[in-house]
Amino acid sequence: MAAEKAEMDALKKECDALRTQIEAARKAVNDSSMSAASGGATAVGRVQLKLRKTLKGHLAKIYAMHWSADSRQMVSASQDGKLLVWDTFTGNKLVAVPLKSAWVMSVAFAPSGNLVASGGLDNICTVYNIKAASPKTLRELDAHTGYLSCCRFLSDTEILTASGDTTCCLWDLETGKQKVIFTNHIGDCMSLALSSDMNTFISGACDSLAKLWDVREGACKQTFSGHTSDINAISFFPSGNAVITGSDDCTCKMYDLRADQEVIGYQDTNLNAGVTSLALSSSGRLIFAGYDDFNCHIWDSLKGEKVGVLSGHDNRVSCTGVPADGMGVCTGSWDSFLKLWN
Amino acid sequence: MPSSSSIAQARRTVQQLRIEASIKRIKVSKASSDLMRYCGEHAKNDPLLMGIPASENPFKDKKPCTVL
Repeated sequence: MAAEKAEMDALKKECDALRTQIEAARKAVNDSSMSAASGGATAVGRVQLKLRKTLKGHLAKIYAMHWSADSRQMVSASQDGKLLVWDTFTGNKLVAVPLKSAWVMSVAFAPSGNLVASGGLDNICTVYNIKAASPKTLRELDAHTGYLSCCRFLSDTEILTASGDTTCCLWDLETGKQKVIFTNHIGDCMSLALSSDMNTFISGACDSLAKLWDVREGACKQTFSGHTSDINAISFFPSGNAVITGSDDCTCKMYDLRADQEVIGYQDTNLNAGVTSLALSSSGRLIFAGYDDFNCHIWDSLKGEKVGVLSGHDNRVSCTGVPADGMGVCTGSWDSFLKLWN
Repeated sequence: MPSSSSIAQARRTVQQLRIEASIKRIKVSKASSDLMRYCGEHAKNDPLLMGIPASENPFKDKKPCTVL
């Protein structure tokens, strides 16, 4: 009994020492700030995007949307129990996928365009073939013990999921089995983003931490702290060297992976609404962040200043996405509409 | 009395912290300038920064023209 207590005390002591060491190492490289460095960058001026289309078709709150790699099709998910695949150039609905469970929280398009996936309070990630004559369920990935908050395809044979059970998981779609389970968060995982080389991914959770993972090894490589509430949204900066997060604490943050720390924060004393979603413009200069205040606010990622707003929704903006070609922004809302801006 | 599972948990936490402590870090000034350079190099190809001519805008509703 005493031996166990002694070991526990030694482990706690080592934890504290390692935490102190990490903080000291971060401080040692913190020789400047991004806002100081970006003083010399050209200002972007006021960013005024126009509403180009309002996509009507869902009958209840929209919870998620994801662009296809072709930058033309897009899939949206609503708690009316449907996924809708849209042609955003014409505004037409191409495919409607009826869901077994209406409580959907996430949707994803496979890079091939052949498959979409969704999941939510059913704890299951369901993958559908949308190229068949009528949408066909390909797989039901059922092993999480909490809600499915986010999913992203690596290919037609692998998908990553994030769950309220605090884990993320890499699945093999040929077998329907879990390949790698990523455990380290101590709160519900809310969001994930895959790096462009697909070797790493980042997750944001209700423990207010963002974590960087090795996809194949399952190891957590880095942990980023600073937020004071749930992280709901996360994205890679296009160079792959930084991560942007959005939180219920009403702020967004940029963490640089190689400096291993926050380099700039995006907050405004007049903005007292949680961040639900975020997406970056193709150069990474603009951050489009959806908030509970019904707006999508636009931030200059380098200077940390608010440079515009997309207003028009009558309820919370729940999802935001920029297509691969960077030609516009799509916002989805609890008001049941999707809007396209550029 | 610490349970065997809480000891296992503490061991895992130490392992994880050892991994995170061992990474090489670069200076924030270098990280910032690299991010700024990336934005600068890609700005001219960023349609949302540069604007999109109406004729090339895939989302803009095309209205029919009448030649009078």
